[in-house]
Amino acid sequence: MQVEQISIFIENKSGRLAEVTRILGENCINIRTLSLADTSDFGILRLIVNDREKACSVLKSNGFTVNRTEVVAVEVPDRPGGLSAILQALDRASINVEYMYAFVERCGENAVMIFRFDETAKAITTLQSNNFSILPGERLYTM
Amino acid sequence: MFNEEFETLPRPALEALQLKRLQTMLERIYANVPFYRQALDKAGIKPSQVKSLEDLQRLPFTYKQDMRDSYPYGLFAARMEDIVRIHASSGTTGKPTVVGYTRKDIETWSELMARSFAAAGVHRGDIIHNSYGYGLFTGGLGAHYGAERLGASVIPMSGGNTKKQIMIMKDFGSTVLTCTPSYSLFMSEAAVEENVDFRNLSLRVGIFGAEPWSDSMRKEIEGKLNLSAIDIYGLSEIMGPGVAIECQEAKQGLHIWEDHFIPEIINPDTGAVLPPGSLGELVITTITKEGIPLLRYRTRDITSITYAPCVCGRTHARIARMSGRSDDMLIIRGVNVFPSQIESILMGIEGVEPHYVLIVDRKENLDVLEVQVEVGENIFSDEVKHLQALSHGIEKEIKDMLGISCKVRLVEPKTIARSEGKAKRVIDNRSLGK
Ligand SMILES: [Zn+2]
Repeated sequence: MQVEQISIFIENKSGRLAEVTRILGENCINIRTLSLADTSDFGILRLIVNDREKACSVLKSNGFTVNRTEVVAVEVPDRPGGLSAILQALDRASINVEYMYAFVERCGENAVMIFRFDETAKAITTLQSNNFSILPGERLYTM
Repeated sequence: MFNEEFETLPRPALEALQLKRLQTMLERIYANVPFYRQALDKAGIKPSQVKSLEDLQRLPFTYKQDMRDSYPYGLFAARMEDIVRIHASSGTTGKPTVVGYTRKDIETWSELMARSFAAAGVHRGDIIHNSYGYGLFTGGLGAHYGAERLGASVIPMSGGNTKKQIMIMKDFGSTVLTCTPSYSLFMSEAAVEENVDFRNLSLRVGIFGAEPWSDSMRKEIEGKLNLSAIDIYGLSEIMGPGVAIECQEAKQGLHIWEDHFIPEIINPDTGAVLPPGSLGELVITTITKEGIPLLRYRTRDITSITYAPCVCGRTHARIARMSGRSDDMLIIRGVNVFPSQIESILMGIEGVEPHYVLIVDRKENLDVLEVQVEVGENIFSDEVKHLQALSHGIEKEIKDMLGISCKVRLVEPKTIARSEGKAKRVIDNRSLGK
């Protein structure tokens, strides 16, 4: 039920983000969605791509530090309070959201949010028992 | 022990011997070397006024530049017809520094090198594979004469031709390897290509020197070459290899042969002698050398000294493994900092690789230190807070250990310039404004 996300360490200087997208583009890797967390010194670029293996290997061979983490993609009902209901369910189960960001594509009528949890397995069980819809990685990579 | 009487001499007797030999040496250089006569006259001290070892502190230093200035034979204290050997160090710039040995000097050197081998656990019957370079460099011949003096079998390999080295090591059943630590790792990699497994060789002890190396490198060498790795120290100006060596029993500091050398640790800026345990520049006075005796020679090597008894029973002081060159020392807000100190802090943090650069600037009349650390896969996290905790943790560790505040900046791998051989670790932007 999980989605594999690629994270890349980039220094806060001009051209680094463009360099990553250039390398991926030249290798025909499609970025499904991305989010950048940055500080005054560095940034962490998080990506969901169609071909994780290839993305990791081309980035590493270009000298980038890359790692992979499991995140969870959840369908968010497109109505007021849609996201709030999800967060409340997680809060009741004492699950921390480390960070989250929106997926570019929609899934039918619903928006899709990517979550990074401190306890991924427990979060999935909690979401499922509250009848939230989780999108498997295979679907996201090609959506 | 090769010379148990002298190696275990009680300290009062050892110090009495040092004083006697120092006085003789001073008379000799005052009489025979114009450079020293002038230097002592300028300092206002006659050799006869040196009554205790403490008096040594009042005497002038000798710098490498003094050796260059007196190129080639100006500092020799013996007549040329008594010099039986000449070596020279490869000066990275300009002329080399030249040293000469009398027959007695060669005998002393052989004995000290034999003592060093014995301290490392080498004995008669061992087959010593000597890969130190033979030639003007002191390493090859120094180890060679010591090995013969000890009564071991020595294979005079010299450096290079690694394939052949590995074949000989295997076929001749070498039990001891002598070379630079980096060459030993190079050999272990070459052995893999030759399908030779170091675990199947007879090597038991490796004696490595001529360049600084860390304890983590020792572990790597011991793992890859399947031997006990011993650190040896020496420099051609003082003698060559065999000035100091770790004993097999403790491997904690290098015994410096005090019946022939007087070591001091000084503050490289002020020249003041520091108490035992303090980190500073090693200064050596040779007290038995005839060819080219040196008074308070500034080695530029940074270490500390201890006179604490050692489990091996030797009474000679021990110097810590070299932690850098005094040329690399930085003074940041009045605190002396060696890049190697920062390196050992970084190496102590799980996953951090020793790729770093120190950048010093002056902002509003205050020195500012930035430590750039490469983010490799071992420490990278997709979460900002983990990386920030890492950089703040390093800042705190440096503050606790060295007493200076710094800023740790995490950088991408390979952004820190790799140079051939020695990496450039320090960028000091202050000198521009000075
Ligand atoms: Zn010892």
